[in-house]
Amino acid sequence: MSERALEKLAILADAAKYDVSCSSSGSDRKNKNKGLGDTGAGICHTYTEDGRCVSLLKILLTNYCIYDCAYCVSRRSNDIKRAAFTVQEVVDLTINFYRRNYIEGLFLSSGIFKDPDYTMERLVRIAKKLRNEHNFNGYIHLKTIPGASQELIYEAGLYADRLSINLEIPTTSGLKLLAPEKDHQQMARPMDYIRNTIIQTREEKKIIKSTPKFVPAGQSTQMIIGAAKESDWQIIHAAQHFYKTYQLKRVYYSGYVPISNDTRLPALGTAVPMVRENRLYQTDWLLRFYKFEASEILNPTNPLLDLDIDPKLSWALRNMHQFPVDINRASYEMLLRVPGIGVTSAKKIVAARKFSKLRVIHLEKIGISLSKAKYFITCQGYQQQFVHLQADKIKHYILSQSTSKYIKGTSQQMQLF
Amino acid sequence: MECKVLEYDGSWYGLLTLIFEVYEYKYEVSAIINHQRAELQSDFFAQNARITTNQQKAERVMKGLKAKTGAQGLTELYEAYLSEIKGVEMLILKAVQYYFSLQQAGHKNYAHPQIIEIKKIVKSVSRERHRMKAFVRFQRLSDGIYFALVEPDFNVLPLIVKHFKERYADQQWIIYDGKRNYGISYDLHEVNEVIFGEEDVMVNQKSIANGWHEEEAFYGKLWNLYFKSVNIKERKNTKLHMQHVPKRYWKYLNEKL
Ligand code: SF4
Repeated sequence: MSERALEKLAILADAAKYDVSCSSSGSDRKNKNKGLGDTGAGICHTYTEDGRCVSLLKILLTNYCIYDCAYCVSRRSNDIKRAAFTVQEVVDLTINFYRRNYIEGLFLSSGIFKDPDYTMERLVRIAKKLRNEHNFNGYIHLKTIPGASQELIYEAGLYADRLSINLEIPTTSGLKLLAPEKDHQQMARPMDYIRNTIIQTREEKKIIKSTPKFVPAGQSTQMIIGAAKESDWQIIHAAQHFYKTYQLKRVYYSGYVPISNDTRLPALGTAVPMVRENRLYQTDWLLRFYKFEASEILNPTNPLLDLDIDPKLSWALRNMHQFPVDINRASYEMLLRVPGIGVTSAKKIVAARKFSKLRVIHLEKIGISLSKAKYFITCQGYQQQFVHLQADKIKHYILSQSTSKYIKGTSQQMQLF
Repeated sequence: MECKVLEYDGSWYGLLTLIFEVYEYKYEVSAIINHQRAELQSDFFAQNARITTNQQKAERVMKGLKAKTGAQGLTELYEAYLSEIKGVEMLILKAVQYYFSLQQAGHKNYAHPQIIEIKKIVKSVSRERHRMKAFVRFQRLSDGIYFALVEPDFNVLPLIVKHFKERYADQQWIIYDGKRNYGISYDLHEVNEVIFGEEDVMVNQKSIANGWHEEEAFYGKLWNLYFKSVNIKERKNTKLHMQHVPKRYWKYLNEKL
């Protein structure tokens, strides 16, 4: 590889960074025949200075693009440096980074040059080469190019652990305004095809063990937050729809980073909506791990998330009649709904209460956040003294105890429960 | 009953033998001394009982524990032992005594003081193990070996052997613990312990760099550049960054140098 590769890498990593997904989990590809690599629990090999996990070599094959999506740095009307990797360069970078334990694998996306099939074909060729010529068993995430043929998508699925198409703009009107050359149908079609093929492969595998893997880590998508005046309800509603209909593994939320002085978009210098993004991730967790329905948290008449408190606390304060919860008796599902109790603590409570009735001191040791939970529980030796309080009083108490954490907010996705 | 100070050789099997003998001779234990790390010469304490490591006794304890508390409970004790934290042997002994006094699997009792303590240590050890999986940076040497130097807080190399062996099955590698002065080395077949004596040179970053493969500098540069290019400056969050990559690990990470 030549010095020119340095320049290409700078351009094509920079252009890929707005895709926030960097997950390398959900697949269990084993090392085959003493080859290179395996895929297990995702490891973050470093973190960017904005605190995001770096797990994959995330690059574009090229930032040339025939489309002109307003929110994208690679849009054809943008006057920027363009570059394109060769197939071999991407393969060499991936292998050499991987051997040094820099990365878990490759996340390859691309601008659309010439046409969708031409682009997709190259993405597939890289994945195929890694798997077949280098016996590479690390993680591969490929972008599905909307409009690519089913044959190519199928082939991509044979080599990739994950495929994704980014929805980017969840509302039809927003998409019309910002990316008039695109439509949601065009994105839904391949998602539908991939979902069906995943299910079919799973069925076949039950009968014929040697059935080759097909997208073992499933599909994901991303929505941009704050570019098209969409509401939180629209975002979460869309997310739930995609989780349910297409069985997506993950939906990512990416606070819009102003990159253009296009008047259809937030002006340059506008702050990235990071607190909002964080609240959306928390809501997403409630859907996936806490057994909430989107409509319990938001609805068309209440379309916005509280920014000052997390969505679970917000739900609890609106539903005080469901509390207090008795720690020693409540179902696992109800424990999950108590502010201050996360999935791990709820499981620990269920395991530990078999030994003895739990008291506050035990809860402290289990690690639940009592400063929040104390308003919502009873346990051995602890009577609920706050239930009679108004919800906004409780909110006020909780906020005054932990100011910095709530007001600042971070892009961390799971810490605040 | 007489209160005893017990000495063992610092090995895991040594500690298990010690536990066996506590039951065998009904010792009341006042302290456990790791002979390898003992500061005072032990014949100073003539009344100390010196434990001679005995594989059979150790294995019987393992078997008993497994039956009592499952493989997970046993693994937890082993990981706690690797922490090398002062007093951890005593804690492990107490936990074992608690387990053997119970009818059901005791490692799930998250409210018992010694078990909580063990869990806490296990958590730190496991975090360190995870960090090693993440922050080991191999540098390719001219003889083809991929070499990494680390200085983990706890003795976690035994816990990462499997991971690296499975992942890098087709390349020779060495991960060296500069703090404890031993390493693990994979020769395409198996993993062995290595210790570099005085005449060996590969002990610090500088001497490693002297042995670099011709491509090493280039790939290091590419990685550095990659790290810089993926940053979104509009989202800068130094606090979060430091939380994920504590400063003491920066010395391994070529992108932070
Ligand atoms: S098609 Fe993709 S790369 Fe091209 S402008 Fe739109 S978002 Fe950007």
